Amino acid sequence: MARSVSPRRKLINTTAAWAIGLLIFFPILWTILTSFKTEGQAIASPPIFLGFDWTLENYRTVMERSNYGRFLWNSIIIAGGSTILGLIIAIPAAWSMAFVPSKRTKDVLLWMLSTKMLPAVGVLYPIYLLCIQLGILDNRVALVVILMLINLPIIVWMLYTYFREIPVEILEAARMDGATLKEELLYILTPMAIPGIASTLLLNFILAWNEAFWTLNLTAVNAAPLTAFIASYSSPEGLFFAKLSAASTMAIAPILILGWFSQKQLVRGLTFGAVK
Amino acid sequence: MATKASRSAARLMMAPAVILLLGWMLVPLIMTLWFSFRTYLPLRGGDKGWTGFDNYVRFVTSSSFWPAVQTTLIIVVGVLIITVVLGILLAMLLDQPMWGQGIVRILVIAPFFVMPTVSALVWKNMFMDPVNGLFAHLWRLFGAEPVSWLSDAAMPSLIMIVSWQWLPFATLILLTAFQSLDSEQLEAAEMDGAPFAKRFFYIVLPHLSRAITIVILIQTIFLLAIFAEIFVTTGGAFGTRTLSYLIFQRVLESQNIGLGSAGGVYAIILANIVAIFLMRIVGKNLDH
Amino acid sequence: MSFKRTLCAATALSLITASGAFADSHSATITIATVNNGDMVRMQGYTDQFTKETGIAVEWVTLEENTLRSRVTTDITTKGGQFDIMTIGMYETPIWGANGWLVPLDDLSEEYNVGDILPAMAGGLSHDGTLYAAPFYGESSMVMYRTDLMEAAGLEMPDAPTWDFIAQAAAAMTDRDNEINGICLRGKAGWGEGGAFITAMSNSFGARWFDENWQAQFDTEQWANTLNFYKGMMDASGPAGYATNGFNENLSLFNQGKCGMWIDATVAASFVTGDDSTVADSVAFALAPDTGLGKRSNWLWAWALAIPAGTQKEAEAKQFIEWATGTGYIEMVAANEGWANVPPGARTSLYENPKYQAVPFAKMTLDSILSADPNNSTVEPSPYVGIQFAAIPEFAGIATEVSQEFSAAYAGQQTIEEALEKAQAITNEAMEAAGYQ
Repeated sequence: MARSVSPRRKLINTTAAWAIGLLIFFPILWTILTSFKTEGQAIASPPIFLGFDWTLENYRTVMERSNYGRFLWNSIIIAGGSTILGLIIAIPAAWSMAFVPSKRTKDVLLWMLSTKMLPAVGVLYPIYLLCIQLGILDNRVALVVILMLINLPIIVWMLYTYFREIPVEILEAARMDGATLKEELLYILTPMAIPGIASTLLLNFILAWNEAFWTLNLTAVNAAPLTAFIASYSSPEGLFFAKLSAASTMAIAPILILGWFSQKQLVRGLTFGAVK
Repeated sequence: MATKASRSAARLMMAPAVILLLGWMLVPLIMTLWFSFRTYLPLRGGDKGWTGFDNYVRFVTSSSFWPAVQTTLIIVVGVLIITVVLGILLAMLLDQPMWGQGIVRILVIAPFFVMPTVSALVWKNMFMDPVNGLFAHLWRLFGAEPVSWLSDAAMPSLIMIVSWQWLPFATLILLTAFQSLDSEQLEAAEMDGAPFAKRFFYIVLPHLSRAITIVILIQTIFLLAIFAEIFVTTGGAFGTRTLSYLIFQRVLESQNIGLGSAGGVYAIILANIVAIFLMRIVGKNLDH
Repeated sequence: MSFKRTLCAATALSLITASGAFADSHSATITIATVNNGDMVRMQGYTDQFTKETGIAVEWVTLEENTLRSRVTTDITTKGGQFDIMTIGMYETPIWGANGWLVPLDDLSEEYNVGDILPAMAGGLSHDGTLYAAPFYGESSMVMYRTDLMEAAGLEMPDAPTWDFIAQAAAAMTDRDNEINGICLRGKAGWGEGGAFITAMSNSFGARWFDENWQAQFDTEQWANTLNFYKGMMDASGPAGYATNGFNENLSLFNQGKCGMWIDATVAASFVTGDDSTVADSVAFALAPDTGLGKRSNWLWAWALAIPAGTQKEAEAKQFIEWATGTGYIEMVAANEGWANVPPGARTSLYENPKYQAVPFAKMTLDSILSADPNNSTVEPSPYVGIQFAAIPEFAGIATEVSQEFSAAYAGQQTIEEALEKAQAITNEAMEAAGYQ
């Protein structure tokens, strides 16, 4: 919004916003800095901010100990796969809810959200037993499906709210011109909904990436993502702040970079229909 | 507008999502219900038959039950209040013209990208550790005795960590709402000499109500289930045992699946009470 | 439209790559779940050596202790079959062995020499005389103290101190201005953390978890004495926030020179005298303290490798166990990293080796291990086996909750009386539910 304000006001705004922004970001910055310290410097008193001997030793140790590439690849597959699969299933559902609403549409939506409220720990044993029966423990496809199911309600909800903002008149005009349902969906709605779909995709990729219960408990080697990677660096014997920081940085860096590049999209799209 | 044909087409298009979610809800739910009526002790020979409502009675009469419910609600409400209030202030600030707006936004939303396990580990070890943590150094710098955050102020610390993770989400949604605010209306009010407080409560807040509702709804769903943060920081000690953590202790630490399943059923009931309560508000707010 | 095609292609791609997981398993790979302790991490580093010798590839699942426990317990109780070898302790082994979930290790090779395993370790890792897990390293607990600070305080540490002496020495060594705490002890909630320490300590005060009828004993004077003594000493001479300190926290405090004494696992001896330690040159050792009642406060523990029943790769798994817990591995580590860094506490022959006897903590470690008797750990008779735990399936859950109450008392959030009252209630409640009473 282009509002004109006095330079003084703008300066105050800028200072305040930057101060708060840096404060919020500081824990991440501190983790990244610590990852380049030696273990001794990491716990030095008083703490060293920048004037330490920068070293890549921690990263080397972590790379030697863990197959980082495989964890990363699994995270990408699981988060990406579950998000895309979720979109494929959710787009038609959200479309029909938004454009052919019935009396029960809202109930269905709210019911979908309520399925997210089943506490994961409570059903660990049932799900684990089920996975054994189906032979899908430590299996990426299984995790893709499970994480898709976990996030599906959020995906449907988000898409529904975006679709609802699309003016019905356009659809009616297209129908007058003889567009079929399929054409309507593909050529008119989808392009208009692309921003919404994109931010839904982003948000759910983040949620799936950070999911740490099922990804840890249903995997061993083949399907273990970065959440399992980090579990091998929390509180081992001895000094570990620097190695933990290196591992943490490696676990969050890919998603952080993705998030930064798509920040505009996320800010624009993350409305959940809250904006009218 | 809908014809009969498009109605049935719509139903067909909803079917995959509905059927999948129905299965995802029913299968674990039925298994949980089944186990909750059985004495199932994996370390003592497994499934040892029916016990009726014993597990339910035992779970709810345990001295840990009500404190756990209370803890759960305190965490949810505490985090919601902090993130919504700070989120509004922060969104208001970020909506102002400034230099480097894009970068500031990036800084503010960054915590949302951090895995809960990582954020809990970082806060616990590098900030809240009473000896080597950054807070301890800071306190000592000012000559104060370092605080043992995770034992002496466990709940506030936990709420702070979780709020840090969710503040970006609240800020983002509220920011988009701010951006759609009719600035002419505000300016007109300002011209008329309406004080800031009045403008805020009569124009801004009503405009934000939908966004706030969404924040509350989505966050509640995730907050009711927080686990990693507690597992990493306090392990449920010092009054931070939530209902889902109590279930974890029953299922995995005590290896009593029956009792844990009964706890799971209670957790579902609690979640649904909260949900119905929320849905009432949301339903009203989303109907515009 | 291109969007649709992209979508289809992306889905297909993700499913194809995801299903690649199926192709990953070839017969000569074993999967090992282990804890992220230093000795295990070192063992991982030597995996290539094992693969070279045997042609068997190894996949590691390394997890932090609590995560590992819940992960492997879920898998073994449901017969999930995710792991060919699991790293478990003295608590789990007899219980799992009794349930028939572990492969008996009764046919290990001649060269492996099962008889060489320290009897205390072999006993704790067996059920009905059958060995179910091979100890990778074993430990008791002992006093580690700073000779320089002890000297400055004008005191001399006996080989077998009493708790009164420890408290006195702790007070004398404490120097808050220089951030020196007389004593560092575990206070962290969790049955394997502060719970283990306080249970072992309570033995020396004449306390026990259960009487012979499985009634909880937290309402006894002995338990009150234990907790009052612990809290009194720690409040006076312990570090800030000791209620959240576990093994790791204390180790880093000690290594930074912030503790005068530390009573903990004997394996820590090689860390506090190692490269990461700033006080390596001035550390000495003594037996864990007592109160003259005939029991010391040292525990007994082993991290051991076990094979879950039902694995397809039993033979390969046994080969790995023989390699990792045999004498050859010890010699290899000794040759590469020195005798002080070999996994301790598992084999008699190690302590008979003159080269190892030269290691400063070797004798005290062995003496501590030998003085621990899991079958007779309490002053008054008790129905359970185990020193810092009771080897019954319910114990881990109960003790974690009990230790949470204790930690809250250490932090001053409730009185010791309140904590003991709650502990009594929690324990009896759970024991009744399990059908003991």
